[in-house]
Amino acid sequence: MQVRMRVNGTEYVHEVEPRLLLVYYLREVVGLTGTNVGCDTSSCGACTVLLDGESVKSCTMLALQADGAEITTIEGLASPDGTLHPVQEAFRQNHALQCGYCTPGMVMAAVSLIREHPDLDEATVREGLEGNLCRCTGYHNIVKAVLAAASAMSAGVPA
Amino acid sequence: MPGVIAAFTGADLASEWAAPMPCAWPVTPDMKNPPHYPLATQRACYVGDGVAVVVAESPEQAIDALAGIVVDYEEEPAVTDLEDAAADRVLVHPDIGTNRAYTWELISDPDALKKAFDSAAHTVKERYIQQRLIPAAMEPRGVCVVPHPFGGDFTVYSATQIPHILKVMLGITCAVPETSLRVVAPAVGGGFGSKLNVYAEELLALALARKLRRPVRWVEERSEAALATIQGRGQIQEIELAADADGKITAVRVHLIADMGAYLQLVTPGIPLLGAFLYHGVYDVPVYGFSCTSVFTTKTPTDAYRGAGRPEATYAIERAIDALARKLEMDPAEIRRRNFIRPEKFPYSSAAGLVFDSGQYEMALDKSLELVGYDQLRQEQRRRRENGSARLLGIGLSSYVEMCGLAPSRVLASLNYSAGGWEAATVRVLPTGTVQVVTGTSPHGQGHVTSWSMLVADRLGVDPQNVEVLHSDTAVSPHGMDTYGSRSLSVGGTAVAMACDRVLDKARVIAAHQMEVAEEDLEVSAGTFSVRGTPEKSMTLQQVAFEAFTAHNLPDGTEPNLDGSITFDPPNFTFPFGTHVAVVEVDTETGKVDLVQYAALDDCGNQINPLIVEGQVHGGIAQGAAQALWEEAVYDDSGNLLTATLADYLVPSAAELPSFKTGATVTPSPTNILGVKGVGEAGTIASTPAVMNAVVDALSHLGVTQLDMPASPEKVWRALTNVGKEAGR
Ligand code: FES
Ligand code: FES
Repeated sequence: MQVRMRVNGTEYVHEVEPRLLLVYYLREVVGLTGTNVGCDTSSCGACTVLLDGESVKSCTMLALQADGAEITTIEGLASPDGTLHPVQEAFRQNHALQCGYCTPGMVMAAVSLIREHPDLDEATVREGLEGNLCRCTGYHNIVKAVLAAASAMSAGVPA
Repeated sequence: MPGVIAAFTGADLASEWAAPMPCAWPVTPDMKNPPHYPLATQRACYVGDGVAVVVAESPEQAIDALAGIVVDYEEEPAVTDLEDAAADRVLVHPDIGTNRAYTWELISDPDALKKAFDSAAHTVKERYIQQRLIPAAMEPRGVCVVPHPFGGDFTVYSATQIPHILKVMLGITCAVPETSLRVVAPAVGGGFGSKLNVYAEELLALALARKLRRPVRWVEERSEAALATIQGRGQIQEIELAADADGKITAVRVHLIADMGAYLQLVTPGIPLLGAFLYHGVYDVPVYGFSCTSVFTTKTPTDAYRGAGRPEATYAIERAIDALARKLEMDPAEIRRRNFIRPEKFPYSSAAGLVFDSGQYEMALDKSLELVGYDQLRQEQRRRRENGSARLLGIGLSSYVEMCGLAPSRVLASLNYSAGGWEAATVRVLPTGTVQVVTGTSPHGQGHVTSWSMLVADRLGVDPQNVEVLHSDTAVSPHGMDTYGSRSLSVGGTAVAMACDRVLDKARVIAAHQMEVAEEDLEVSAGTFSVRGTPEKSMTLQQVAFEAFTAHNLPDGTEPNLDGSITFDPPNFTFPFGTHVAVVEVDTETGKVDLVQYAALDDCGNQINPLIVEGQVHGGIAQGAAQALWEEAVYDDSGNLLTATLADYLVPSAAELPSFKTGATVTPSPTNILGVKGVGEAGTIASTPAVMNAVVDALSHLGVTQLDMPASPEKVWRALTNVGKEAGR
């Protein structure tokens, strides 16, 4: 069946199997492998992307369900000139990643969380990222990074 | 079926293997190691033991085809309980006649041990369960083998921690010449020991690529990872302490039953031995006895999981010393103080036969108590108890030491390990002055590229941006022992530093020749050789490198190019230490435990990159606390894993954990020129007992002292209800 969507600003049209999950569409059909797969029970959040601006776990929906949508993956976050998104920059500054496997999903979830809660506190960040698992960092520096990004963004660093 | 290329059973592939799956650690000469192959042929011994393989054009087609395979199993009884396994009632492998893989003992002086217990003023005897854990690196395993079109060579891409060891083992097991194999570990999404192995799927992918003459790829799903990737821990521990009237420990005696699972994987039998020497912890204990019986069960094989043997040891001694403190009505901090190995005793020869390099254990304890605000917490705890609060406070200490920097090759030989523990490094200053570093370590989240760059930049006086670190590809880094056991910095980083020193030595000879001065007259600073007293006469490292490259004017006997290589075999382990303090709130009505505060004081010797050190500690704390409170691989009586998904196996999220307070003391290791000790496992080692001690500390005044992990709401609630009933009787 045919599916059409905008991914990171580019329009794609493909014939896909009806059972193809969005995450595999992005990884294997579109070729954007930044979005990861960490589980088969929608528990880990490694596959988190933005769908029409809101974070979704791309392993929980079919590519067909995203027909007509606007998708942003980790590859679409930095500016074209390579300037990192404030959340990416904050992750880098705060050593919020080790192996990096959870990072794309974590960053996308954080971008959406900051949008929904302009003034975040630690408890909100921890609750808000509950669906994203990281095995390396113990979350300490991830929480720090998200808080730092939130305040950088509210101070007007362009998103 | 559409897209299916081939399907094989174990019997079909039997001729592919030149040897069974490798186990590199025959801990005793009579250890039982039932041979096993990538696919079972006669008997499958655990859920996760493969019996057939399908190769298809796409994963979906392969999965569809798998559904078409019907295996007619004849069911045999399962062996899931460790004591039952040791009793040999039902045998996992009938042909070897026992479930006992081996028994290993370390008893320095049996008479002294008996005497110490007979004459002790106080003894405690405790029994603890180390539940099985699923390592759960966020990236599951994956392998892709690409056969070269001509010549019979293969490139193996695998999500592994051990590309170098894997290459040797693939060659031996599949009878492929080592010269025909290149192993690449691309960016690997975490390992924690679970990717320190040689897996059936890696061997199968190679054998199938050879057979089918086309690339073969396999990617693990999460529920497969739970079943077929090794698991960690799995022990029943009995620990006894003998102490004098003042609470000074005079002897430690330990017996373990350790769960090997159905087969021995790469280092399965050695894991209990990595803890065997450390059951006296940070305490000065003159008499020591340890024994371990390791048994087969019909469960997934166990093997190295972050800390490997040392978390188990630390847990046992740290809980037992708290039990002794309770018996003597002494503060847990005080009993530790009385027993620490004193700073002036280093290098300390332990009764178990190790030489601890350096340590200041009491200082670490004091600083950790300060960091967490111990006295105020004790007051708050008292206040809540007096008020009859339903949210009780518990404060748990854990003072730890670990042996890492695996390892002196000769010591490994004495433990019957089949390989060495050295590490290789090459440093090249290229003609344009950029520096290329080749390391035998294989990072997968530890930040070696960053740390090695800093190390080299500092030593050679170059910009870290101009340092390139090459790793994890046997074609560019031919020699290495890879990454595990908190060894990378203390062995691999030291090798890099020593290679830098060789470069500087060579550069000095060349610079002296070119400037026509004696070598002794040169001083080097910030990457520049200058003549003492005539600083305007100088040469940068870059200039020297270019001269070494053109080789137009080198002293006699000096080879062109500016590089240095070394293989470093450490003379001893390193012994990081510290004290962690966990603070929990226990809801006495629901049994729920919340980890509300955590302070970690670690001493890993000199630090190259404190941010990375802290990151390692944070992640370790989370994993260790998870063992204490949430995680357990649960099997039913027929050997089915009930926690095979991340929905059932409770890897904690940010919502379950607090932020951590961290601090450090610096006691350099005399074992290597960097004075570093390693920090990859410390957090995991220290935190499990800290958290459990906190839970017990919250409840012991109510009579709850026996509690096993994970301290789930149900377990805590039951323990409280049971003591309530007993009190009411
Ligand atoms: S892959 Fe784990 S939630 Fe999507
Ligand atoms: S950084 Fe490795 S899983 Fe998060």
